[in-house]
Amino acid sequence: MRKMLTIISNVLRGSASRNGARVVVSARTYADFTPQATFDIKKCDVHKLEEGPPLQATLTREEGLQYYRTMQTIRRMELKADQLYKQKIIRGFCHLYDGQEACAVGIEGGINLSDHLITAYRAHGYTLTRGGTVREIMAELTGRRGGIAKGKGGSMHMYTKHFYGGNGIVGAQVPLGAGVALACKYQGNNELCVCLYGDGAANQGQIFETYNMASLWKLPCIFICENNKYGMGTSVERASASTDYYKRGDFIPGLRVDGMDVLCVREATKFAADHCRSGKGPILMELQTYRYHGHSMSDPGVSYRTREEIQEVRSKSDPISLLKDRMLSNNMASVEELKEIDVEVRKEIEDGAQFSTTDPEPPLDDLCNHIFYNNPPLEVRGTNPWTKLKSVS
Amino acid sequence: MASLRCFLRSGKNAASAALRREFHRTQPAAVQVTVRDALNQAMDEELERDERVFLLGEEVAQYDGAYKISRGLWKKYGDKRIIDTPITEMGFAGIAVGAAMAGLRPICEFMTFNFSMQAIDQVINSAAKTYYMSAGFQSVPIVFRGPNGASAGVAAQHSQCFAAWYGHCPGLKVVSPWSAEDAKGLLKSAIRDDNPVVFLENELMYGVAFDMSEESQSKDFLIPIGKAKVERPGNHITVVSHSRMVTLCLDAAAVLAKEGIECEVINMRSIRPLDTDTIETSIMKTNHLITVEGGWPQFGVGAEVLARIMEGPAFNFLDAPAVRVTGVDIPMPYAKILEDNSIPQIKDIIFSIKKTLNV
Repeated sequence: MRKMLTIISNVLRGSASRNGARVVVSARTYADFTPQATFDIKKCDVHKLEEGPPLQATLTREEGLQYYRTMQTIRRMELKADQLYKQKIIRGFCHLYDGQEACAVGIEGGINLSDHLITAYRAHGYTLTRGGTVREIMAELTGRRGGIAKGKGGSMHMYTKHFYGGNGIVGAQVPLGAGVALACKYQGNNELCVCLYGDGAANQGQIFETYNMASLWKLPCIFICENNKYGMGTSVERASASTDYYKRGDFIPGLRVDGMDVLCVREATKFAADHCRSGKGPILMELQTYRYHGHSMSDPGVSYRTREEIQEVRSKSDPISLLKDRMLSNNMASVEELKEIDVEVRKEIEDGAQFSTTDPEPPLDDLCNHIFYNNPPLEVRGTNPWTKLKSVS
Repeated sequence: MASLRCFLRSGKNAASAALRREFHRTQPAAVQVTVRDALNQAMDEELERDERVFLLGEEVAQYDGAYKISRGLWKKYGDKRIIDTPITEMGFAGIAVGAAMAGLRPICEFMTFNFSMQAIDQVINSAAKTYYMSAGFQSVPIVFRGPNGASAGVAAQHSQCFAAWYGHCPGLKVVSPWSAEDAKGLLKSAIRDDNPVVFLENELMYGVAFDMSEESQSKDFLIPIGKAKVERPGNHITVVSHSRMVTLCLDAAAVLAKEGIECEVINMRSIRPLDTDTIETSIMKTNHLITVEGGWPQFGVGAEVLARIMEGPAFNFLDAPAVRVTGVDIPMPYAKILEDNSIPQIKDIIFSIKKTLNV
């Protein structure tokens, strides 16, 4: 079969050189690429578990290309946000996710869109993986009416179906996520909730309160600690008496996962999801990852860590490079193909940036709307007693 | 048969009127229900009506409620709908808010609102603001309820009134019932409301019985949030109050009536939205205003009412400055004599009314 395909493709390639480059690529799709390959992935450290996720992951070509595209989109979008922030077109807080792409993409690969997810403020990547578009994310950052929250939320308050933000108060999202999981269990829909927090938030009391209740009530909750080694400017060693975040759930089983490898994250998420869906209750995953940018755009990110450290992670553990190398060395994609994806992504980001800088700001009549849902219109006091503004649901 | 029932009821009422110190007659053919039972009925009816409604909080299930408000509910609805939580307010309030975001309609009980301070971030930042931040995408249909304000001998950490704190925040509805009818109708409305509602009860009112009209005994009896009620009409002065203080205002009004002073007592019912219209209409008739509350004076509910009257059309109708009668500006002491003098008494209300009327 393969030999026949090779012959056919050779014929097509011959004809293609007269018809143009596009045909060449599609001809190569069918014959020349490995449709899927199995990779060894790092073993996860386990806590209160007999066994962990599998040590191998199978990646299909389609999956690989999709993960690559999504990670690259997140990367480019965050870098564009950096630019726009420096031009003062984005204001306030802007917490960038570049370096951590494998977490968002890997997690989504292990759950369904019908599951639920909540995270903290480093949320642009998740808004995308959960179904937001580049345009509406970027327009929200620039505060325009086409933003995913109509310009009223900003960087930290983006929502979409089964994605509960985007939360500004450190740690508050964790009980919220357990509440979503409670609703899943209550409604008997076999859905689960992924509840993310960082290494800084991991010491929050309300998280331990949540561990207790989620465990008592066997809530279908995957707690995920994205450990990027620094809570703002404080390294994990200076903030936590125990940096084994995957063990901090105590009575909750835990996994420590290589958060720079999208396949490792995906397999761990699948393992965790199975655990939850089988009614065993919550499970905890620590993703060891890294952020290239500082905590936010107002943090250069080099006063508490060295440039060498950042450079080392970039060269040795970049999640996009890791996937790219795997795919290329297993003949799952070509350099040109990936370059083409890069070009398409760049274009999508440019389009998003263009939209986000030209779309108008929200109209002033929208100022007082969305206070209450399903409510008759009400009057809102303006800045002085003579100004009475209108609010509709 | 009905007339016989009426006779028996009124006979029984007349006899026990002397024994019952806080007895309020509204209209005949009514039934006597305590505030506690009214709240219980409201929750029972709403739990039955909508599967998505559930109650969580400390001791609400197997203990029947710390103040017995949820008595019988766990037995009737079970573990799924009535949930005992550990003593972790921030955690369970957050869980309740998350459940509301994902399609359920939780009633989150705080054993007293003093403990809500542990969870106040979830009430304000996670519940109240979310619909706005998401530009109408994510609603939060939740009720936070529990006893608020001073009780009897529970001292400083257990006696604070949170009406002003929660009433300050856009995105919340804040309700403060007084009578059994208020309790039932407002709690049902709060549970059916698709927005976060802070429902401020009062421990000292739980055991007080009120007449409940036939209408209020219906399973669909609702009192709209945001409307005040004139409990007692009068021509000489408007007395605005909420929660237990309404009782004292009515008692003060009864005393003053003997001296020919007719007070119009308004039961606010709703702290946010605040029904300014009803108060203004009353002032335009009486030309005088005092507010009476149990909470502290500075930046309180009374301060807001007065500011609104200053800024609105009713100011020109005032014949004297409007004043506030409030709790004393101190943490609540324990000793009875001190506690009694830390909150408004009937004599303080009478004094303030007479000063305002210059009599």
